[in-house]
Amino acid sequence: MIELKKRVLCLAAALCLAASLLLVGCEQKETIRVFNWGEFIAEGVLEDFEEETGIQVIYSEYNTNEDMYNKLKTTSYDVIVPSDYMVQQLIEEDMLAELNFDNIPNYQYIDPQFQNTPYDPENKYSVPYMWCTLGILYDSEKVAEPITSMTAMWDPQYEGRMFMMDSMRDTIGITMKMLGYSVNSEDQAELDAAQAKLIEQRPMLLGYVTDEIKDKLISGEAYLGLAYSGEAGKAMEEKESLAYCVPEEGTIFSIDTLCVPKNAQNKEGGEKFINFMHKPDIAARNAEEMLYGIANTEGKKLLPEEITSDESLYPSDEVMARSELMAVSKEINEKNEAVWQAVMSAN
Amino acid sequence: MNKKWYAQPYILWSILFVVVPLLLVVYFGFTTKTADGSMVFSLENFQKFFTPAYLEVFLRSLWYAFISTVVCLLLGYPAAMVLSNRNLKSQGTMVLLLVIPMWMNLLLRTYAWLTLLENEGLINQFLRFIHVLGEGESIQFLYHDGAVVFGMVYNFLPFMILPIYSVMTKLDQSVVEAAEDLGANWWHVFRRVRLPLSIPGVMSGITMVFVPAVTTFAISAILGGNKVTLLGNLIERQFGQMNNWNFGSAISLVLMVIILLSMGFMSSYEKENEGGGLL
Repeated sequence: MIELKKRVLCLAAALCLAASLLLVGCEQKETIRVFNWGEFIAEGVLEDFEEETGIQVIYSEYNTNEDMYNKLKTTSYDVIVPSDYMVQQLIEEDMLAELNFDNIPNYQYIDPQFQNTPYDPENKYSVPYMWCTLGILYDSEKVAEPITSMTAMWDPQYEGRMFMMDSMRDTIGITMKMLGYSVNSEDQAELDAAQAKLIEQRPMLLGYVTDEIKDKLISGEAYLGLAYSGEAGKAMEEKESLAYCVPEEGTIFSIDTLCVPKNAQNKEGGEKFINFMHKPDIAARNAEEMLYGIANTEGKKLLPEEITSDESLYPSDEVMARSELMAVSKEINEKNEAVWQAVMSAN
Repeated sequence: MNKKWYAQPYILWSILFVVVPLLLVVYFGFTTKTADGSMVFSLENFQKFFTPAYLEVFLRSLWYAFISTVVCLLLGYPAAMVLSNRNLKSQGTMVLLLVIPMWMNLLLRTYAWLTLLENEGLINQFLRFIHVLGEGESIQFLYHDGAVVFGMVYNFLPFMILPIYSVMTKLDQSVVEAAEDLGANWWHVFRRVRLPLSIPGVMSGITMVFVPAVTTFAISAILGGNKVTLLGNLIERQFGQMNNWNFGSAISLVLMVIILLSMGFMSSYEKENEGGGLL
């Protein structure tokens, strides 16, 4: 037994030594630390960046904005990919560095539609990466007709076959849009109306889930469910009969952005990375593989026609005009929370 | 006395990973974030918790945990008795079978039930295959409170059986024999000897089931489809979605006080009984 322990110790020591040698080896080269969502970059892009710039990328992934935020408090990164509301929170907490746009000439390609956003009104801290919409993922073989409106999720014929999202702002927000109100409304009467709608819907639902919605539709458990377009795309690849629609009443869209945190050790390297991601061909490669909306006007021209004409990926201008980004404030949060609490404890 | 230094690492460990986090929870629980981001002392979080909407969640959690504990006890006590029977040849195998599922992660085991219990799951498919159910019909096993209680009982039953089993196997057989020599029948032996002597096991079983049941959030999220909100879900939402660590910490503190009280109650009961056992 002692023999075994000794061996394990030896092995551990050897590994530590090897790891430290490896790290020392890295220090010769310029490196950047990139912290991105899981499965959120096209294959080979990192390698191409390393080849073109000679900067080595230390790459790691996260699954939620909140995970990233907590990790960022203790670890230094040079590039992070927070979503819109998280950018706002990071700016408020002084955790983002102001970008030097001399290093990001490709910013000229950014679609003006995604500039001067409420979360970063002066475009000082963030560069849009890709965007997606919230909509209805459904099984086209199980529904009577193609889904176009959010009201389908109140249709009694789909009772016991639907999931809403276990995410307060998304579920309440899209209901507010259906009723013709703003996602970010603080008007109590409007919120009360959404609350009544959601309580009315509750008995017809199987439940409220987030990522599991993919599995629920693929297994046939549900016919309709709320999902973000990126997730929906992945599900559609796995099951032919699945389809995705952006409700005609308008929806919530979300922008994932490229930012450099305050604690970056190689800010310039991070900016070079951001610039590289917006070379039109690279932006197009990412958008094509992820099936996310592209924020790069030149890159969009390089995308195949069947992608850019797909209204579930690129909704019409009218629908986009009716759609909104989520804004975050203590007041909105508290009002939404009261609605959510009432919906969640209704019978 | 010279052994004292051995304890140092453990003291350091407890301070770092138990005391400090606990103090942080207390700090967050008794403060709120002001508009400029600074923290000020306040009881607002507790006032918010003690309103009907949240108290309902609180009572629901206690109630479901209570039901689960009772069901576990009703199922677990006889099971422990059977297992501790010395005439049982496969005793070791049985205990092993009980313990093996616990080597697997709780989430994995709970997700596995989805595959079985879903409307399109294996059980419903089988029932349709043998024509108990018609085409397109299904029994709704999931997404309601019954499923949540079921999940709790399934996951925590071993925590009830094992402590009772271990007390029962250690029971001094000569006491039982003495009772039988004095003419007690099976029921009397059970009622007067076995049951009182197994109470410490029952008490720790109850604690070990009740505490995880009242704090769980994974089981209600997965099997209840988040339609059933328990305290654990409420706390998780404060940290994961609301970014309101203060309220989340306050709920955790209330929960901790409840657990401490119930454990204090249990352990005082255990001691009394140990005294009784000596007589």
